[in-house]
Amino acid sequence: MTKSFRIAFKVSIIAVAAIAAILIASIILWMIGADVSDTFYVIIFEPLTNMLHISEVLIRAIPLCIIALGISVAYRSGIINIGAEGQMAMGLLAFTGVALAFPDVPRPLLLPLAMIAAMIGGGIWGFIPGILKAKLNVSELLSTVMLNYIAAQFYSLCLRTIYLDPAEQVYGTGTPQSMRLTENVWLGRITGRLHYGIIIAIVLAVLIFILMWKTTMGYKMRASGSGARAARYGGISVGFYLALSMAISGAFAGLAGGVELAGVHRRAIEGITNNYGFSGVVVALFGGLHPFGIIPASFLFGLLIYGSTLAPTMVGVPANIVQVMQGIIIIVIVTAQMVLSNAYFQDRVWRRYQALRKKEV
Amino acid sequence: MVAIITNMLSMCIPFSVALLLASLGEMFNQRAGVFNLGCEGVMAMGAFVGMLIPFLAGKGGAVSQWYNVLGFGAAALLGALFGLFFGVITVTFRAPQGIAGIGLQMFGVGTAGTLFRHFVGGTQSIPGIPDVDIPLLSEIPLIGDIFFSHNVMAYLAYLFVPAAWYILFKTYWGLKIRAVGTNPRAADSMGINVSLTRYEALVVGGALAGLAGAYLSIAQAKMFSDTLISGRGFIAVALVYFGHWHPLQIMGGALLFTLAQTFQTIVQSMGISFPYELAVMLPYVLVIVVLSFTSRNQITAPSALGKPFNREIRT
Amino acid sequence: MDNRIKSLSMEHITKRFPGVLASDDISINVGEGEVLALVGENGAGKTTLMNILMGLYQPDEGRILINGQSVKFRGPEDAFRAGLGMVHQTYMLVPNMTVTENVALGYRNTGKKRFDMKAVRQHIEEISGKYGLSVNPDAYIWQLSVGEQQKVELVKTLCLGARFLILDEPTSALTPQEVDELITLLHKMTDELSIIFISHKLQEVKALSNKVTILRHGKVVFSGNTNDYSSQEIAAKMTGHEIILPKNAGRREKGRCVLSVENAIVMSDRRIPALNGLSLDVREGEIVGLAGVSGNGQRELAEAINGLRRVESGRIVFFGKEISNLSPREIIDEGMGYIPEERNTEGIVPPFSIKENFILKDVSSSTFSSKGFVNGGRIDSAAERLVKRFDIRCPGIETAAGSLSGGNIQKVILAREIERKPKFLVAVYPTRGLDMGAVEFIHSELLKIRESGIGILLISEELDEIMNLSDRIAVIYKGVIQKILDKNEATRERLGILMAGVKEE
Repeated sequence: MTKSFRIAFKVSIIAVAAIAAILIASIILWMIGADVSDTFYVIIFEPLTNMLHISEVLIRAIPLCIIALGISVAYRSGIINIGAEGQMAMGLLAFTGVALAFPDVPRPLLLPLAMIAAMIGGGIWGFIPGILKAKLNVSELLSTVMLNYIAAQFYSLCLRTIYLDPAEQVYGTGTPQSMRLTENVWLGRITGRLHYGIIIAIVLAVLIFILMWKTTMGYKMRASGSGARAARYGGISVGFYLALSMAISGAFAGLAGGVELAGVHRRAIEGITNNYGFSGVVVALFGGLHPFGIIPASFLFGLLIYGSTLAPTMVGVPANIVQVMQGIIIIVIVTAQMVLSNAYFQDRVWRRYQALRKKEV
Repeated sequence: MVAIITNMLSMCIPFSVALLLASLGEMFNQRAGVFNLGCEGVMAMGAFVGMLIPFLAGKGGAVSQWYNVLGFGAAALLGALFGLFFGVITVTFRAPQGIAGIGLQMFGVGTAGTLFRHFVGGTQSIPGIPDVDIPLLSEIPLIGDIFFSHNVMAYLAYLFVPAAWYILFKTYWGLKIRAVGTNPRAADSMGINVSLTRYEALVVGGALAGLAGAYLSIAQAKMFSDTLISGRGFIAVALVYFGHWHPLQIMGGALLFTLAQTFQTIVQSMGISFPYELAVMLPYVLVIVVLSFTSRNQITAPSALGKPFNREIRT
Repeated sequence: MDNRIKSLSMEHITKRFPGVLASDDISINVGEGEVLALVGENGAGKTTLMNILMGLYQPDEGRILINGQSVKFRGPEDAFRAGLGMVHQTYMLVPNMTVTENVALGYRNTGKKRFDMKAVRQHIEEISGKYGLSVNPDAYIWQLSVGEQQKVELVKTLCLGARFLILDEPTSALTPQEVDELITLLHKMTDELSIIFISHKLQEVKALSNKVTILRHGKVVFSGNTNDYSSQEIAAKMTGHEIILPKNAGRREKGRCVLSVENAIVMSDRRIPALNGLSLDVREGEIVGLAGVSGNGQRELAEAINGLRRVESGRIVFFGKEISNLSPREIIDEGMGYIPEERNTEGIVPPFSIKENFILKDVSSSTFSSKGFVNGGRIDSAAERLVKRFDIRCPGIETAAGSLSGGNIQKVILAREIERKPKFLVAVYPTRGLDMGAVEFIHSELLKIRESGIGILLISEELDEIMNLSDRIAVIYKGVIQKILDKNEATRERLGILMAGVKEE
């Protein structure tokens, strides 16, 4: 098998996968009578047309990137974390709690403290499914989803009760939200709404790269994920690293909540998590579970998410379309990966290709 | 007090139908060795299509029951198609089932939401299907209300439980399903088409999940919304573990979880001041607790569950 | 209808797998009532060829003829219909189904329209009566011993109407006495059936077959009548060159006891006792071979010693220190070396590179890391050295270990374990499925380790391997040691009787 054939094989599988994804999305768009090309234009290119749009894309890329980094750590350690949504909510609650409790602590102390609280909140919420998997073999796919629902309810409960803005109580409008948080926990803004969270995201990406590929802890986590049995036989306590990776993953989701709160909303309201937890799974997979792939991937999906918010007004397409696309993208990525790694299939294509060439000669 | 408890128990059967149907469908999938986490998405699609047909026919007003039947039929068909699609991904291409299921779930929920906004718009209710009192039996005090005064689909779903048991353990098809889920290589060597059998199971499982969704929108809520399913698909998957892949135990699980879900209704009706959110959480917490007790040492689990089959790769 | 198979031939069969030519222009021919032995080393392509015959694989080239007619099998169902039946090496039974259900799985192939479990049950009783193969139709497969499962396989194949039997290494898991029984039975069957059987054990080939075909690297290297050649001649043709496996010739002073297992009770995965108060001592510088039919507690013993399975009661003492129920890490740190049973899933992390697999047990050691960071340079140079020293054939140290051949994977594991300078080694089925060259290499390495004064517990189902290498041989049966023999007291027959659970007076 020649090298050029191998590359051609790879490229064509990826091309087929991309076409398949676009085709399925187009069918859905066609069904609701939307102009397919206009819609794609609005979702993918419109957000790049001016700086305001681009900063909005980046704002969405920041939590995506941080969450996806965490998910990639868990995924590489052999556990699929689809609970980032709930972990982020718990991070938001912890962050808000600290901010509301100590409004007068100076910023250099309070901001890191609140961020750490957010990490602990999310980390605990990630640790639970991790330890349940390690000790009791509970499917993390189910437990994390359940914890998402629980966290969402808990979040609403807190907003309606202990965190409720006193002003709401006075005027009785009943919007479940906290009061505006003290400026001491705000992250500064670079331009427009774009905040310094972007730097945090990039630094974290580098840290994750070092953790996973340069440290013994990263080696052990990857070994647990790539061959749990062999890792156990090799004296690595797989359960510990499973739980640890989930705690890290959850801490990142929690931190993403803290950054989002400190940089964008600056008060706890409903809907901050915005499905970022699930989108993070897509970003992590699309980024090849590698920090330096996740950075561009999070930009791309920030683009899609922001683009889809433009779609209802500009082309009359519901914003749910982004969820449709993310679903398709996950399916297409995991399918294409299997085809690419299938040596038997590649071999068969190679032989058919050779047979064709022989005929031509 | 008695009235409240009777009321609660009489809700149990009709409210458990969606969980029951979806779990039985998932049971067929898993017995054949495929873990379909996309159940939630398939239910969402079924729920949407199920309500769309009577809604379009009656524009929200009364419609002939045949449109409801058509709604259920369309939901089952669409579910079957989704099962087929999942088969292409996980059986033919052998993609990892867990993450592919998440993809299917997002795709299903997203598509249902998108189409709903276009074809229906906002919250719109449909008339739904009426309760049928079974003559004589429904007259019995208490028992009659609890067991014999429900809609047709509820009766059918519960009649399907023994049928599912018979299919699984007494027919050739059931034998094949169990064989490909436990030792696909052996089934293959006996001339059984492993992929085809798994496809069949997925189609049946998908159709049941579609029906389950349609039941929620047509019979139970009488409307569709983005949060209609709210995790029932995932709970259905958990119920299969809880029920040890056995139809009767799954039925027991479905009733237990429905009881937990109706808890919030009792709380409200009894006028106790108890945070609504905590009551809503209960079934989800219950799933985690139940899984914690049942996930270890799953000797009854189909041993090839989650493992793609490839004749040419020896393990 | 005359449905006898008077002749069956495969002509010019070629089959490619990625990177391997599994069958290279192979032709074989079997006449009525004949027994053909298909002989060759592991990996020679015997099983692939038979899977092609059963329609499980499609050949890239070549054809199959029955009674002179060309046939095409798209799947096993076509092969069944033509009257072929195969007993695979790993039994093709569904463990949580009954014998009847297992047979019923194939009922479609017998041409019956209605699914009738009663009829299937009757058929089983008929066949088992006719051939004297006693099986209980209502027993679940998981309740049966390996020997009983093989009977079920035979009954199943005959129930499906096989008039031509293919047996893939039918004796590999049987005791020598069970092997004799099977050979007698098959002899009787040749009145009505033709048989192809795969083996690499030459005694059986001589005892059962009329014709022999030898495969090497996917090619036929020899075909002839069995009676015309001696076992030695066939053996030489099989390996292509004279390989004489090294033997343990050393005599040793009795060293001190380094590992002793005392009354260990250990559960299997099914939560039933797999070790029932087993006791065993191994001294330094000796190889103790553990003989037994697989499934008698070998796996559980190895895992218990290595901290991978709970010891419910009893003790395991290693260099004077009790190690039962310590963590695998602690036991590794005590100096235990381990070659596990499943080399692909337990021995290596398949997607990891060769160099990453070398450091699996030592990534945190001061050699390969400092302050929690890995030392890439040291790892690379150690890996280069080991690849050379153990002659691991690979494109480079970055190659994924899972993509290597079985022999090379085993060398990676062996290299890792030896490099760690263990104080003791547990080797489980170290040569299973390897070709003779690799077997020779591993045997001589094991003997070298022994020479350096290290004790080895060798678990194997190959009696030859055990008899060649061991100083003492312990026979395990149902989780206890039946008896321990000195190497010069052990004969195949004696071991066989012990392995079958018969107590010696």
